[in-house]
Amino acid sequence: MFRFVTVRLLQGLLVLLAIYAVTFFLVAATPGSPFSTERAIRPEILAQIEAFYGYDKPVGERFVTSVSNALRGEFGPSAVYANRSVTDIIAESFPVSLKLGSLALGLALALGIPVGIIAAVRQNSWLDYVPMSVSMAGICLPTFVMGPLLALIFGLIFELLPVAGWFGPEYVILPALTLGLYYAAYFARLTRGGMLEMLNQDWVRTARAKGVSESTIVWKHCLKGGLIPAITFLGPALAGIISGSFVVETIFQIPGLGQWFVKGALNRDDFLILGLTVLFAALIVVMNLLVDIVQVALNPRLKYE
Amino acid sequence: MALLEVSDLRTSFYTRGGVVRAVDGVSFTLDKGETLGIVGESGSGKSVTCYSLMKLIPEPPGRIESGTAIFDGQDLLRMSARDLRKVRGNRISMIFQDPMTSLNPYLRISTQLIEALRIHRDIDKKAALNKAIAALEEVGIPGASSRVHQYPHEFSGGMRQRVMIAMALITEPDLLIADEPTTALDVTVQAQILDIIKERQERLGTAVILVTHDLGVVAGTCDKVNVMYGGKLMESGTAEQVFYDPIHPYTRSLQKTIPSLQTKGADLYTIPGLPPDVSKPINGCAFYPRCPYPKVAQPEGERPQLVENGDGHCFADCRFCDSSAPIESVLPKHDAGDVDTAQDIREGEGAA
Repeated sequence: MFRFVTVRLLQGLLVLLAIYAVTFFLVAATPGSPFSTERAIRPEILAQIEAFYGYDKPVGERFVTSVSNALRGEFGPSAVYANRSVTDIIAESFPVSLKLGSLALGLALALGIPVGIIAAVRQNSWLDYVPMSVSMAGICLPTFVMGPLLALIFGLIFELLPVAGWFGPEYVILPALTLGLYYAAYFARLTRGGMLEMLNQDWVRTARAKGVSESTIVWKHCLKGGLIPAITFLGPALAGIISGSFVVETIFQIPGLGQWFVKGALNRDDFLILGLTVLFAALIVVMNLLVDIVQVALNPRLKYE
Repeated sequence: MALLEVSDLRTSFYTRGGVVRAVDGVSFTLDKGETLGIVGESGSGKSVTCYSLMKLIPEPPGRIESGTAIFDGQDLLRMSARDLRKVRGNRISMIFQDPMTSLNPYLRISTQLIEALRIHRDIDKKAALNKAIAALEEVGIPGASSRVHQYPHEFSGGMRQRVMIAMALITEPDLLIADEPTTALDVTVQAQILDIIKERQERLGTAVILVTHDLGVVAGTCDKVNVMYGGKLMESGTAEQVFYDPIHPYTRSLQKTIPSLQTKGADLYTIPGLPPDVSKPINGCAFYPRCPYPKVAQPEGERPQLVENGDGHCFADCRFCDSSAPIESVLPKHDAGDVDTAQDIREGEGAA
């Protein structure tokens, strides 16, 4: 187990390095520069700016400096927003996305998994058809439709909740619902599929022949295996959900991380792009590792290798 | 009084292709400690008969249409789910065909072994575990005290079937239903598994229903034999009666297919044609199209009822073929060398 985790973390580090290199050289190869503005800048001033950010040096040297800084946890200043470092931006906005994301994820799991289990146990009844139709609609409905719809109903018609901003606990409800319901729909369908596969196994018949009750069959015999599809999806979903959703954050005007992915790319903010990419990749690596550990714990046929 | 008395059991499956009458009026009895073999080709309804007794038929699409199965004074087919759970795994246990898929891969062998004990007996975990270890030892699993904590994937197919047997017999049931317990196993392991079932049965006095399509197995292990075809019994009696003195043309043909009973070097006999499609109504006799005997009448009306031959030997009283001659005289001759076998089979099917 310890060896497994160590090896996987080292592998993850290599993956991060590769991602860092690809992103760095892609950004460097992109035409234009972070410092080009609509106003003409005098060449000597531009040269001074470039020197300040290290852009006067050859790209190879810049890469080495950049990597060694990143290894120490420094991603440099924002190339666009003066006086703010990439770390500042992340430190400011990541907790916001993390809070929204965890709530949304909690909602998605708390709603999606029980609904999926019930639908599987009561297959081909209204307890199956209704939630599964609704969840299909939930998956098909993009968040940019769901968000305004919820805002319209709960914010404008019933005037129960604020529709935008990030000030108090009530401001998190609508965006968390928008994001959470979408993932809940996914989890419900995946759990239903996983549970159905388990419930149709031969060994369920064996258990029935032993006199095991239906509820024990679900909880003791089928739940572990039935959750595996949902948990496999959880890894990448987790990374995406807590690192912020640009659409949801834009709709509800939330100062989260999602907006910076877009702003960084549009503004050619080289350092910000790199910082965010590394953060996102690191989240994926860690989440996948966690998911793999949980999978081994659930499925005795898997071993740490 | 018989331990189990099944009468007029009918089980159908309502599929898109029509109503499949998998079991169509089956009756038999079984005494304490007795072994009953149910033989027949795939799709003859032998497994469905067993699953119906335990009410393990998935409903829908399956449905037990009629019949009674009186087990120790109670009708299994009309019990509440709750009462039925008290019988399953306690007084009637079951072993399934494929040991690779019949054990839960997510749970330890120990958990699965003691499950029935913990449900049906007032026993604590420790004592149950000790019983489980003893049960594994009795079915010949070496190192039982450590292997009991392993998972099914750490066992071979034969070992898993031993575990299944131990699991089924751990509550010392009155009746064990074994649904083709050796079909999925290597030939070398098959005999061992049957020996274990037999040995445990004798020790515990358990009655056994053994479903198989291996006639050799039936002859060696069973007291009584039911021959099924197209959801009905074609013949029943003691193993001696059915094997050494078969009456119905189907049983006689089946007997001819046992390789070890034939002359060495002769072509193996196969019954031409396919088992009947039970989703369509059967006129008269289900075996008629494949019957090697000379046909004397067009099949029509109800399928023939079982009649008794005086000494408990029952057979479907068929009037559409003349089965007075011994079967050898009506089977095609296979003289070594001069017959094109492939063509022969084709002709046989053409006739069917």
